[in-house]
Amino acid sequence: MAGILAERRRRLLALKKMRQQGAAVGVEEQTCPSCGRVLNEDDLALNQFVCPYCGHHFAIAARERIKMLVDDGQYRELDAALVSTDPLDFPEYPEKLARLRATTHQGDAIVCALAKIGGVRVAIAALDTRFLMASMGAVVGEKLTRLIERATKQHLPLIVFSASGGARMQEGIISLMQMAKTSAAIQRFSDHGGLYISVFTNPTTGGVTASFASLGDIHLAEPGALVGFAGPRVIEQTIGEKLPEGFQSAEFQLEHGFVDAVVSRARMRTTLIRLLTLHGKGGAEHVG
Amino acid sequence: MLDNPPATVDVLTAAQRVAIARHPGRPGVVEIVNALFTDFFEQCGDLSSTDDPSIMGGIALFHGRPVTVLGNRKGSDIEERVACNFGMASPEGYRKAQRIMRAAEKFGRPVLTFVDTSGAYPGMEAEMHGQGEAIARSIELMSSLTVPVIAVICGEGGSGGALALAVGNRVLMLENAVYSVLSPEGFASILWKDASRSDEACEVMKLTADDLLELGVIDGIIPEPAGGAHENPEALFQVLDTYLARELAALDKMSPTALANDRYRKFRAMGSNAVKRGRV
Repeated sequence: MAGILAERRRRLLALKKMRQQGAAVGVEEQTCPSCGRVLNEDDLALNQFVCPYCGHHFAIAARERIKMLVDDGQYRELDAALVSTDPLDFPEYPEKLARLRATTHQGDAIVCALAKIGGVRVAIAALDTRFLMASMGAVVGEKLTRLIERATKQHLPLIVFSASGGARMQEGIISLMQMAKTSAAIQRFSDHGGLYISVFTNPTTGGVTASFASLGDIHLAEPGALVGFAGPRVIEQTIGEKLPEGFQSAEFQLEHGFVDAVVSRARMRTTLIRLLTLHGKGGAEHVG
Repeated sequence: MLDNPPATVDVLTAAQRVAIARHPGRPGVVEIVNALFTDFFEQCGDLSSTDDPSIMGGIALFHGRPVTVLGNRKGSDIEERVACNFGMASPEGYRKAQRIMRAAEKFGRPVLTFVDTSGAYPGMEAEMHGQGEAIARSIELMSSLTVPVIAVICGEGGSGGALALAVGNRVLMLENAVYSVLSPEGFASILWKDASRSDEACEVMKLTADDLLELGVIDGIIPEPAGGAHENPEALFQVLDTYLARELAALDKMSPTALANDRYRKFRAMGSNAVKRGRV
């Protein structure tokens, strides 16, 4: 009982801190976009930002995501200070980046870290939709590639929580090249026997779906997450009609053979522990 | 020395180059294969459900040696264009490309690709069949090949659909080709919610061969006849042949491992100078 109370207190303190940092996305609204019910912010935070009525999974800040999954909420963040140089001199982009860095306290749209899950050391990354819709530019590509290379060298299982509107338009072709860079790194990691668990969260589209996110040994998805290559608006413009309800949802991807399981946030940590155990601490250990 | 045709004298705007890159008379993979290769044997089908004609691939002889060729086929008349879905490939097309690349690896054939697509097809069926996964696997596979890979962006190089065939040891561009993260129309539509501002998008996107050479995304520019390749395809073929032979000769000197490592390092470096340590 004391443990539960301590846990509740820890979460409330975390919530308070998060709110100061603006960590939870869309929580200010307090209205569930799925069922329309008005939600108490504290309740929502205590429920891992999942609507207690309908199970809608709210977007969640990358650091908060990692914290709720890893042992004791402890992790060591890597390359936190890496930021974009604005390689194309894109109009108004540096100002936009500066504003987002100030509000999110992140260098860009991804947080990479080392941590333990169920006692197993892992390399873990999460994308953050608050940062230009978690689009992939040079910083996302570089940080993730560094993490993958570290996981390869240190024989760590790799867990990536993807979310993305796709390639970062403001970094143009450099963004496109990140697809090749990350995919090539995953290929080498895999070649060395590393376990890669890729988790699709809402929404994962475009260049992220068409690169590292789709190259996992295990593909999980959060309930209701939109997962696809082309966005729904583009498809509708192409075919000239409305898409059916649930098209490109996590459940749709399960049905069409692209994810292994749809896993709710409440079951995510235990699922990861189970998968890590089944792979014998990640499967990379026996590789020299 | 190369007997180059005169390069385009006037400096064209990016939007003008986009127009040339999309010119219906511009030589594509079919014309290039006919002109530069002999004994082309087309490999059809994804070994699973269908054949996507918007990607053409097979085995051919280049200066007498077997190579694997792959490219985006747009079609030359309206019937063909429809059949080829205007060069926008489906997941089945990328899976066909993968099995063709695996065969190239098995038999030690260099892979030469000719990229010309506005992008992968964004349709319902393509989504149901895993467009994202198909592109990702093509990129992944191509990055790991232990044979020489040369990619030529011939017309439009649009988005992941183009990159799926463009992970080469050498990436070359025809002078008036364009290569970008998205079509200018799509770019304008996403950023400014206005597809009609595509000319403006062309200018900020840095999609011309000159821009991409400067950014280190491509390795070389293949000059085109004045006015664009469609004005004198024969002249283009001659130059293209010389470039391909030269690059291939250089890659032939590398061991299989060195080729894979070279490609890894090349793409590993992309955007590495677009990041810095900053205050967060």
